[in-house]
Amino acid sequence: MSTLLIIEQVLNGLQFGVMLFLMAAGLTLIFGVMGLINLAHGSLYMIGAFAAAAVAGATGSFVLALGAALAVAAIAGALIEMTVIRRLYGKAHLDQVLATFALILIFSEGTRWLFGSFPLFLDIPDYLSGPVTLPGGIQYPLYRLTLIVVGLLVGLGLWVLIERTRIGIQIRAGENDREMIAALGVDIRLLYTLVFAIGAALAGLAGALVGAIQSVQVGMGEPVLILAFVVIVIGGIGSIKGAFIGALLVGLTDTLGGIFLPELFKLFMEPGAATQTGSALASMAIYILMSLVLIWRPTGLFGARA
Amino acid sequence: MKKLLMATAALAIGATSAFAETKIGMITTLSGGGAGLGIDVRDGFMLAIAQSGRDDIEVVIEDDQRKPDIAVQLADKMVQSERVDILTGIIWSNLAMAVIPSVTAQGKFYLSPNAGPSALAGQGCHENYFNVAWQNDNLHEAAGAYATSAGYSNSFILAPNYPAGQDALTGYKRMFKGDLAGEVYTQLGQTDYAAEIAQIRASGADSVFFFLPGGMGISFLKQYADSGVDLPVVGPAFSFDQGILQAVGDAALGVVNTSQWNKDIDNPTNAAFVESFQAEFGRLPSLYASQGFDTANLILSALDKAEVSDADAFRDALRAADFDSTRGDFKFGSNHHPIQSIYAREVIKEGDVFTNKIIGVALENHADAYAADCKM
Repeated sequence: MSTLLIIEQVLNGLQFGVMLFLMAAGLTLIFGVMGLINLAHGSLYMIGAFAAAAVAGATGSFVLALGAALAVAAIAGALIEMTVIRRLYGKAHLDQVLATFALILIFSEGTRWLFGSFPLFLDIPDYLSGPVTLPGGIQYPLYRLTLIVVGLLVGLGLWVLIERTRIGIQIRAGENDREMIAALGVDIRLLYTLVFAIGAALAGLAGALVGAIQSVQVGMGEPVLILAFVVIVIGGIGSIKGAFIGALLVGLTDTLGGIFLPELFKLFMEPGAATQTGSALASMAIYILMSLVLIWRPTGLFGARA
Repeated sequence: MKKLLMATAALAIGATSAFAETKIGMITTLSGGGAGLGIDVRDGFMLAIAQSGRDDIEVVIEDDQRKPDIAVQLADKMVQSERVDILTGIIWSNLAMAVIPSVTAQGKFYLSPNAGPSALAGQGCHENYFNVAWQNDNLHEAAGAYATSAGYSNSFILAPNYPAGQDALTGYKRMFKGDLAGEVYTQLGQTDYAAEIAQIRASGADSVFFFLPGGMGISFLKQYADSGVDLPVVGPAFSFDQGILQAVGDAALGVVNTSQWNKDIDNPTNAAFVESFQAEFGRLPSLYASQGFDTANLILSALDKAEVSDADAFRDALRAADFDSTRGDFKFGSNHHPIQSIYAREVIKEGDVFTNKIIGVALENHADAYAADCKM
């Protein structure tokens, strides 16, 4: 196992982590500010990918496709907030889970109705395809490097939005005491719609970016949603910083676990059995990580409440 | 008056049950990630039924959502309340294992248009179970044979960690004569293969074999093409079928894959099938569609010879496989799995459409490795 391979795998883990962060940031914001469990977040990821594939197919421009993914997901997010989610704020978590689960089914069947059951084509633009050589002679796909940079920039942008702007102050205030900021004259309904739309746009962006190297198909959002929930539980529910650290931890654990655990088992097992046992254990690694974090800190790394 | 009505009703019920109608239950995947496969099987199957012009056959179609528990419920419903005579349709091996042993034990016939788990080909075989597609290992064995004949000597192989994935790597290794540079099990449903591709790059292999059906294959091929690793790739047809090639795009061009069927197999049945399927559904058929079409034609050929109610005669009629297959000659081995040639195909572009072209025969008249264990 060479150093080059290890560095490449660390980069892969980072790239996976920052994409998870885009999903988890919206999820944790929505839970933190509105106290809402949104299972339909994965559907917004799928909507972003389908919007991007449709626009890329029609215009051939990847930048336009990304713009469409952001816009369509944000609009879809704002619409479902105003029609469905708004009725759920005062309700028990079980009602929220049921209603947003229904949204998953509606969006999946709706997408199938519009686009059919076969996966759609969305590819990396020519100017981002192919590998580049990094210092030290590592060959790494340019597109994945771009994903890391985009993810970090979005993270920075979110931090500025929340810590340095007026809307950010309102969002943080809404997290702490929603009655108080309503009493101070902030339009809490508009604020909620806005937060939901931002979360949706981030999920849509992640769907479009990842869709270009994976398959754009109905149901693509749900596996990512589960990981995003693991991320926000590790990071502490409601904390953007926690979501960022949690996403990187999950990304690195998943990627490096998948490589090193089978190698570890090969030291004392027959190779075929070692790869099977190692892979099985690697798929559990992030859940083991989650349990350890929760034993150490029951509210997650940066969580304020249980 | 009331008595008269009841008598008429009783008569009517008696009359319908006496009428020789055959009821076929199809349980297949029509929603969720693997829906494209089930839809193709269903469309191919129903096309053959429609072309037969018979109106005494009723097909009940249900969606298993790729979930074993739902497939089992549907099978119970079909056997007990729908009272079907024949079942078919299941795509996935884990669902097949949950349904087939129980329905054949209840005396029903099951014809598999896709899944062929090794457990049902060897000791677990059954006289009422017929597989019209292939035993799971077959296409992977053909890939191994092709890789050997192409002169590859050091393969990196990967598949998802579930029964069909393990069958796949076993099948490849059975026929591949070279060494293994690496053997990796991925997670079922995994969408990011950066880590595996990095291992391939570092492994010093001269070829890559992978079995990643459906969306997993799309992701792998796109990422592989973008990684700059340019080792030749071989795989079974499942990652290169007509349904997903368009989503993979240029990344699949030139890749060699193995299949028991292709649209350019030269026989009149196949030509008519491809043409009528395209006319009816507006898309090219996949191997799954051909399997559904062959399954329906096999049932029709057996119904011409015997009633399903005469189980022994009907079974013999199925075993004879006296129908025109899209694959040309078709015959069953002793364990009711096909003995057939498996071809090597190459992905090409015809106009704007990506499709496959046969470039050679990977395995001639190949039977599966488990037939000897089957005591029927």
